[in-house]
Amino acid sequence: MLGPFDYVLTLLSFLAEAYVVVCLCVSKNSFRYLSLNVYMLAAGSVTVGGAFVLQHFGVSSPIYAYMYYYTDALLTISLFFVIMSFYHQVFQQMEVGKYVRWASVFLLSATALFSYLVVRQMPSHNLTSRFVVEMSQNLYFVGVVLTYLLWGAVVKLRETRTRLIQLVLALGIFFSSDAACYALRNLYPGLEANFLKWVPPLAGTFLPLAWAYTFTKISEDARLETARVAAPRLAAHQHS
Amino acid sequence: MIAALICVISIAALLQFFISYSRSIIAAHRKSDLSEQVREVVGIEGQNVGSDQFGRLVQLIRLCPQKGDDQADLKIVGVYYWMMGVLRSTARTLAPRITSWAERERIDCAYFVAVALDRRIAYSRDLLAQQMSGQ
Repeated sequence: MLGPFDYVLTLLSFLAEAYVVVCLCVSKNSFRYLSLNVYMLAAGSVTVGGAFVLQHFGVSSPIYAYMYYYTDALLTISLFFVIMSFYHQVFQQMEVGKYVRWASVFLLSATALFSYLVVRQMPSHNLTSRFVVEMSQNLYFVGVVLTYLLWGAVVKLRETRTRLIQLVLALGIFFSSDAACYALRNLYPGLEANFLKWVPPLAGTFLPLAWAYTFTKISEDARLETARVAAPRLAAHQHS
Repeated sequence: MIAALICVISIAALLQFFISYSRSIIAAHRKSDLSEQVREVVGIEGQNVGSDQFGRLVQLIRLCPQKGDDQADLKIVGVYYWMMGVLRSTARTLAPRITSWAERERIDCAYFVAVALDRRIAYSRDLLAQQMSGQ
């Protein structure tokens, strides 16, 4: 049974997702941030679809569980394309976009293969469902690693575009909170009922809200010194 | 074992991302100077704001009409200020360097709220001036 807080989060995330799409369209930046735009459209559709399935079949139905995990895996994969586009923007002048694309495709395939190998050892008939759940967990962690490497590159290359910096950091918060949540769920299943069940919806609402904020308040020309932003260890590394 | 490793790495990354995200919001306000008026209202000398003035500044900001564009910033900076407070208290005996860093971050948070207050006061003045000219 869902409470009012769940409905508020669903509505908030849908509004923020729609807002980002409209905002990018109005500012004629839809193609500049194409993968982000596609992700937001997909996330908005999933939010509406999820609400529909929830209304008709209930939160404990297998249809809702299937929909939740399958769409979650697909959305996470589309987020990989968002990360790739950010890598492309950061390494634009170095012309290494081709290598970044290949590395990302390799990483994605490796994650899928690793998840399959893990699931194959499990004594279960429901191989596909387990594979999707396992892959989602692994994709979140790979997302953390990729975003962290991207952030390291932003700091190292002294990237100053405030908009890009904030987009990357918001993505990092999203991936790391979800990855930590999945890991904690495996370690302490008892935490699920009171605490962990709130993390994915909160993170899922935070990301479109943070991106909506960035596209509204931060202009494309805004610049920021990365040394002022990076957490102490990275900043110290940059100065050395 | 793998889950524990993923958990530790993810939480460490989350902290680092959140700190950098909060600092990116605060950094944009660092360049702004405080007006004479806000310094008088808060009782600040020069451009330095004490970290302990954060609570008072937040109370003052609640009294001003909302400009509507700084609520999210204030919430994130509020969480960051609280986090730095916890870090400062826990690291006091173990790592004095971390304590002084956390204190500097808290001062930046307070400065951020002072700048936001300054903008709200200016906004209120404009509103008042518009009403007066309308009458």
